[in-house]
Amino acid sequence: MMSPERTAYRKIKDLSREEFILPGTSTCGGCGGLEALRLATKVIGEKVVYVNAAGCFTLLAIFPFTPFRGSWLYTTMGSAPAGAQGVRDAMDILIAKGELPREEDVQVIVLAGDGATYDIGMSSASGAIQRNLDFWYFCYDNEAYGNTGVQMSSATPFAAETHTSEPGALAPEGTEQKKKDIFEIWRAHGAPYIATVSPRHPVDLARKFEKAKKIKGPKMFVAFSPCPTGWKYDPSKTPEVAKLAVECGILALKEAVNGDVAHTHVPRKRIPVEAYLKTQGRFRHIFEPVRREDAINAIQEQVDKYWMAVNR
Amino acid sequence: MSAARMMTGNMAAAWGARLAEAEYVPAYPITPQTEIIEALSRWFTDGTMRGKFVTMDSEHSMVTAAGAAAAAGARVFTATSSQGLLYAMEVLFTVSGWRVPFVLVNVSRGLASPITLESDHNDVLAARDSGFLQIHCETCQEIVDSVLMAYRIGEDARVLLPVIVNMDGFTLSFTREPVVLPDASAVKEYLPPYRPKHAFIRASHPMAQGIAVLGGFIYSYFRYQQHLAAVNAIAVHEEAAAEFEKLFGRRYGFVEEHRMEDADLVLVMSNAMATRGKAAVNRLREEGMKIGLLRLRVTRPWPGEAVSAALAGRKAVAVLDQNIAPGAGGIFVTEIRSVLYGRKDAPPVLSYIGGLGGKEISAAEFDQVAEDLRRAAAGGEVPPSRLLYTGPEAEKIHALLHIAGKE
Repeated sequence: MMSPERTAYRKIKDLSREEFILPGTSTCGGCGGLEALRLATKVIGEKVVYVNAAGCFTLLAIFPFTPFRGSWLYTTMGSAPAGAQGVRDAMDILIAKGELPREEDVQVIVLAGDGATYDIGMSSASGAIQRNLDFWYFCYDNEAYGNTGVQMSSATPFAAETHTSEPGALAPEGTEQKKKDIFEIWRAHGAPYIATVSPRHPVDLARKFEKAKKIKGPKMFVAFSPCPTGWKYDPSKTPEVAKLAVECGILALKEAVNGDVAHTHVPRKRIPVEAYLKTQGRFRHIFEPVRREDAINAIQEQVDKYWMAVNR
Repeated sequence: MSAARMMTGNMAAAWGARLAEAEYVPAYPITPQTEIIEALSRWFTDGTMRGKFVTMDSEHSMVTAAGAAAAAGARVFTATSSQGLLYAMEVLFTVSGWRVPFVLVNVSRGLASPITLESDHNDVLAARDSGFLQIHCETCQEIVDSVLMAYRIGEDARVLLPVIVNMDGFTLSFTREPVVLPDASAVKEYLPPYRPKHAFIRASHPMAQGIAVLGGFIYSYFRYQQHLAAVNAIAVHEEAAAEFEKLFGRRYGFVEEHRMEDADLVLVMSNAMATRGKAAVNRLREEGMKIGLLRLRVTRPWPGEAVSAALAGRKAVAVLDQNIAPGAGGIFVTEIRSVLYGRKDAPPVLSYIGGLGGKEISAAEFDQVAEDLRRAAAGGEVPPSRLLYTGPEAEKIHALLHIAGKE
């Protein structure tokens, strides 16, 4: 449970009505990642530079337009954390030399998808955490390479269909391997703040960004990002998909402060994962034409095992 | 003017960064570049240099951090070699497109495979079209001087591009030569602090850098701008060279001419191996041959006019490429032929590959090139691209192949 510390966020109305990402972007309708980022910016504000890795969000800013209040630097797919290092170091150097007034300083935020975060940018992120770089990392995790048309990443969960993990005779589940645990990878690095967030839990999200604001060093947010295009559901259903993910326990809302993990929302009675899986076309092949009990059970067992360890 | 002191090419590069008062050095070690970053690390640690030295996780990250810091408005220096430059290749193109100036010293080393340590220029020439300007050095003195010139040229508002300063691994990087260090206060005059008006990060002035474009006409516009900026560097280099000469007494051109005044035959080379070429030219001159050497120094922007002015009207030219484009031959020879093409006074241009992976070029090999030049000048045939290799070297490799069980 969220510790009883002082917070400005107790209900959704406590979030600022001010917008820091303006409408009119090129993301798909119902993008869960953009909604999570929109909520996050209400806490972080506008004195920021987004250091972007190639992905869906790269197309948020297209010359000569940007929806952001704040600065932007597109880097590469694999080195956004190194870009954050260069920017942070340069700002610190210029401030120390008295050449940049302190009030001109900005927060540095890496904006990267799961492909950049879990796969190609892993070395760059690992280095930045180890160097204790003072930066934010916002990973919009839609569990696949979305911008390239939905291919499997190491964030793609077991039994999800993507265009490079389609169910076939030799691989009936589609994706055969399990999702990489990026939260634990960051925790093993000793990052002082790591959290999972969901756009369907705005108060929980806002409190986490609020708490992280006071922490110097790497601050990681894995934003659960329902993706109508890749997960194959109607764009209007994003809030519902996000809600079910938490209620069935597939998405654990949690944080780690200096390595100590706390779950910020523990579902009192978890609903079966099936209720979540069935909302999405990417899992359809484990329900029809033949119900794949083994695959559904495997997912349920994995979730049960996780929460058993949490509740022990 | 201070007295010369003995130092390696690597130390000369480090001194270039120190005199330029580089504020930020992201680094990643690779042989034979390491001495540069060791020296800089020490100077930041003991307070000699102000700013920050940071060891990154790869050259890909290193060049990203370098470009990002320059995009935030700092003066940046970095260095790599060989595989490292190739590991960063994606980022070289990316940051040059940001139009942020900084200096990257490349210590040339042959590329894998086979993996090796000694020098040739396939690494730096792989970055030929990256948008970085390129200056190739023959001596340790030229390295420190070229680093200073590189900042001056790259930071000029008409250019705003990063610059690679190249030196040969081992033959320069680890070889001590006398170097006169430019006077620090004169360097301050030559290089005022970097205060960019076009690229910076400030809370009160949000800016999108490196932003995506959709549409070939937009993309083309920015790519053309980059090309035109690199072309501007021709004029800017001449100003920078004149000012450098005024302050420090040494003059650098796009190319260097050695005994070219009345030369009928010309050998074209680059980097440290040109010193061997000059020695060969001196020897052949003593034997009565009217031969000279043209050393390529600035290769991006490509100084076509300077190259053709130096070569047109000669009787024969031999380009000795210390690189190889498998299936094509040498890289520089094609650029040299292109600027002579169509001129009535264009000499025949012969092509040689030599010095790969630090292979020595012997007197016998220079003699063979000279003999070919003489024949071509007399109206004889221009042989196809020749791969320099000596009889004793052939014997040695056959002995090794025998041990390896391959013959």
